[in-house]
Amino acid sequence: MIAKLDHQMLWIFAALLAVLLVSSIIGFILSRTAQSEGGKATVKNLNARIIAWWKMCGIFALTLLIRPHGSILLFALISFLALREYISLIRTTRADHNTLFWSFFVITPLQYWLLYIHWYGLFVALIPVYAFLFIPLRLVLEGDTSGFLDRAARIHWGLMICVYCISYAPALVILDIPGHSQDPKLLLFLVIVVQLSDVFQYVWGKMLGKSKIAPHVSPNKTWEGFVGGILCATAVGTGLWWMTPFSRLQACAMSLLITLLGFAGGLVMSAIKRDRSVKDFGSTIEGHGGILDRLDSVCFSAPIFFHLTRFFFT
Amino acid sequence: MIGEWLAGLIAAFARGLTGATVQWVDCRPAATQRVYFANHTSHLDFAVLWSVLPRELRSLVRPVAAKDYWSSGFRKELAVNVFHAVLIERRARQTKDKSAEHDSAQQPAAERSPVEHSLIEHAMDDLLQALGEKNSLIIFPEGTRGTGEVIAPFKSGIYHLWRHRPDVEFVPVYLANLNRVLPKGEFLPIPIISRVIFGPPLQLEAHESKESFIRKAHQAICTLRDL
Repeated sequence: MIAKLDHQMLWIFAALLAVLLVSSIIGFILSRTAQSEGGKATVKNLNARIIAWWKMCGIFALTLLIRPHGSILLFALISFLALREYISLIRTTRADHNTLFWSFFVITPLQYWLLYIHWYGLFVALIPVYAFLFIPLRLVLEGDTSGFLDRAARIHWGLMICVYCISYAPALVILDIPGHSQDPKLLLFLVIVVQLSDVFQYVWGKMLGKSKIAPHVSPNKTWEGFVGGILCATAVGTGLWWMTPFSRLQACAMSLLITLLGFAGGLVMSAIKRDRSVKDFGSTIEGHGGILDRLDSVCFSAPIFFHLTRFFFT
Repeated sequence: MIGEWLAGLIAAFARGLTGATVQWVDCRPAATQRVYFANHTSHLDFAVLWSVLPRELRSLVRPVAAKDYWSSGFRKELAVNVFHAVLIERRARQTKDKSAEHDSAQQPAAERSPVEHSLIEHAMDDLLQALGEKNSLIIFPEGTRGTGEVIAPFKSGIYHLWRHRPDVEFVPVYLANLNRVLPKGEFLPIPIISRVIFGPPLQLEAHESKESFIRKAHQAICTLRDL
């Protein structure tokens, strides 16, 4: 079932294409002009990031068009890969093996299957309630009690972040909003604002960044990047009010909230990386790191954005 | 033909599941004759190691596996027809208990029973024949799968192989995280990102003693682990 391309979607896709083209041209010019060793490395990473953006936008746009199942399938795969990155990074023991098998191959698909059949009641409760109780039960059956609470908490936390929180993004597509029923544009709005916020923070940070905001947690985050990024992304989000059920003011407030939550997500996920002494969660997306590095901001913003929208607009 | 296709499928599955990243440290993939020796924690070890090799090398690289484990039914089908494994007799399992198994590596040849001696000779013949003029081998000198916490002491077979074929490169390989994907005793694999690290070929003296050879080989794997 391919969605009819409405004019608004066409405009957004055209704008994304233009942004990607302009950034590719800027990246090309920079690669010719960079002089210092450090500058060259930064530009090389920048260009790798831009190429990855082309791919990510392409895949995302394609799956949006096959609605609503395309987005559900895409995010199910993303959750699976994100959970793999998370579990690979943390400490697990031999006795966790079967519980992890359940997490990957039963709980994760089930969460997205519930979205697919629109069973909202179980969708919001599956991982916070049922998986929460199931995980310690399955662990205790193994008979190994060493570090029991730690192990149960680590696995459940991973499911909450990588599966539960991320699954709220495609859940936006099945929201019943008057005039916007099953509209992929809300998901598009969230992803554009969150990701642009990351991009703007990166750009402002590289250009003006001086005062570090959390030197021990995330040495690359600066106050200049934070303020510039949040303001720019909120401005863009406000300007996109016409593709959402929100008024201009509401779109502005939502965008501000999304970007702030996205920043919080980046900070929290950085703390995990620092604790495990790694720079990135993985190397799946060239220039960006792992899937979780790209989606840390979505993990935090998607659930809150979903519930606010559901509470006030359905 | 079907075997080749199935081998590719299994390798692709193992690699996809583990998202294996590969690192070549002071070593390049090459068609020179080599013995890849690695730490052993999982049934997937061989499939993953094999799958990260360039396609054109794969048909030249054969795994070495224990005959007592891999020579019945489906396992045999998989080992022999799909991966062209070289099946060898593990040393005197029938007559010795587990602790004695380790000790036998240290015994001079004269103290071994005649039966055991002929077993070793037989296994070595099979290995040399499999190596031939252009093939490479994958061996797991710990002899059995470990838990992944420590790398067990090596059996001496790898040394005897080198004595017979000193012209072959001995390349250490460290396999990280595969014990978490499919640990010993489990049937269901879970997706954990693993790494395959190839190290530089062992640098050996012409008259390296057995102890020194084993120490160097073990150390080479530990060095890759601690990178």
